[in-house]
Amino acid sequence: MIAQSAPVLTIDKVSHRYGDRVAVDQVSIEVQQGSLHGLLGPNGSGKTTLFRVLSTLIPLQEGKVSLCGFQLDTQPRKIQEVIGVVFQHPSLDKKLKVKENLVHQGHLYGLSGAPLNRKVNEVLERFSLSDRAHEPVEQLSGGMKRRVEIAKALLHTPQFLLLDEPATGLDPGSRADMWAYLHELRKEKGMTLFVTTHLMEEADTFDRVAVMNNGKLVADDTPSHLKSSIGGDVVLLISDKPEEISTSIQRQFQIKTQVVGREVRMQLEAGHSWIPKLVEAFPGAIQSASVGKPSLEDVFLKLTGHRLTGEKE
Amino acid sequence: MNTILLPAWTLLVREIVRFYRQRSRVLSSIATPLVFWVFFGFGLNSAIGVQVGSTHVKGLVYLYPGFIVLNLLFASIFSTISIIEDRREGFMQSVLVSPVSPVGIVLGKVLGGTLLAMSQGILFLLIAPFLGIRFSIEGLMLGLWSLFWLSAGLTSLGFYFAWKMNSTQGFHGVMNLFLMPMWLLSGSFFPVDTAPRWMAVAMKINPITYGLEMFRESLHAVPQDFPSLKWILLKSSILIIFAGVFFVASVFGLRKRTTGDLL
Repeated sequence: MIAQSAPVLTIDKVSHRYGDRVAVDQVSIEVQQGSLHGLLGPNGSGKTTLFRVLSTLIPLQEGKVSLCGFQLDTQPRKIQEVIGVVFQHPSLDKKLKVKENLVHQGHLYGLSGAPLNRKVNEVLERFSLSDRAHEPVEQLSGGMKRRVEIAKALLHTPQFLLLDEPATGLDPGSRADMWAYLHELRKEKGMTLFVTTHLMEEADTFDRVAVMNNGKLVADDTPSHLKSSIGGDVVLLISDKPEEISTSIQRQFQIKTQVVGREVRMQLEAGHSWIPKLVEAFPGAIQSASVGKPSLEDVFLKLTGHRLTGEKE
Repeated sequence: MNTILLPAWTLLVREIVRFYRQRSRVLSSIATPLVFWVFFGFGLNSAIGVQVGSTHVKGLVYLYPGFIVLNLLFASIFSTISIIEDRREGFMQSVLVSPVSPVGIVLGKVLGGTLLAMSQGILFLLIAPFLGIRFSIEGLMLGLWSLFWLSAGLTSLGFYFAWKMNSTQGFHGVMNLFLMPMWLLSGSFFPVDTAPRWMAVAMKINPITYGLEMFRESLHAVPQDFPSLKWILLKSSILIIFAGVFFVASVFGLRKRTTGDLL
């Protein structure tokens, strides 16, 4: 982990309700200065609600949040000045040109005239957008738009960047580009990033990952710690009768199993040695068997009993 | 002040640039009231006739100011209905998380919408000479003054409703059940004097009625019987209060932030 000082963001027992529905339930997270902290969870887990609370879009109902030394409930304006926000749905005006979008954004933060112009040119340069400055946003590709979006959020040199599913709608190439930019920024300016995501591969590269499920925080640790919390290997069987096989395995081998869809999952030491035993025990009933090192997906499954992806709101 | 005026200015400019880049929008919001006016006007030309000051006006000319107001209404709906989408997945998101005062946001948006509505009204006014309407300088000033406050009132009203809605469909409902009747009951189609009592009451509590009355007066008043300053101030203050109330209500709506799930 990166050398740490005091936390730059402290979320303390924050809850948020929409009517009777509890979207965020007593969540506490600390984010260290200069770190890249992820907020991982499926759609509907409450991570977007938490993002909205932090970004000041919706009010803080319960709990305390301190961000860059300011209190969210009493000093939202101060927080707005020092954070940059990147939304999942683009917040660019498609009818405006790239540069026009940036100039408007600058005005919102009280920048104007020559200093604004300098700043705009600087971010255009940094994100290799200079030659696109006068193109309408609606003519740009998805990856390019996301770049403008991030450039826009950085215009007022925020200390803290809040990103909601920044990879949405990007192909793998543009996604890698985006992360390259963000990592560079972090190295250069020591900026802190707090990112919501439902993508494992993405979360795997973060300093820390807070995992949310059904509004609750279920884990908050480094990806390697999270993964090592699952001992041994993950053995996976795919079958048309997962329930049947699962109960038989439990009876025959005294192994803990978990059924997820058509899969039967087990955590075992020396997983490879189990494969022949398991396959032979159920001739013809197992369509495929595999063994692998635990991933964040496995961590999530173990913590919540269901998969991270494939669930829609 | 930098959190009010500069952002308000930038939102106003954005509103106008956007409008200018969406030509089809310009066309459709002017064409509908124009076509309606032509059909209703010619169709009812000899059926409707009223005395305005010392002038007798027939259907086509009588309906003319009302349809300009319909144009203002359409224009203000157009510029405020966009807020609904814009704040869920558009530019407005970043406005809301920036340190801009709610007054700045409403001011920019309402003033932008007002100027757009007013300029469409002015375009419509270019037909006036062909209807035999001769503006005096005072008449023209009064006309523009009325158009401005009518536009400001309607745009503030539109903003207020748009902010409360979480879907454009909802806004269409408000438009059909509230905004259109409000226009119909403003003296646009028939005068207050000849309407049945219960309708006349509704027309009299409708602030648009007074704006339209002032606007109609500006078209026909001859210098000799130009309305008194007192009369103008009275009618204007009703419009200004109307615009002010919804402006302030919009600011409060924005300040409260939404607690509902917008997704």
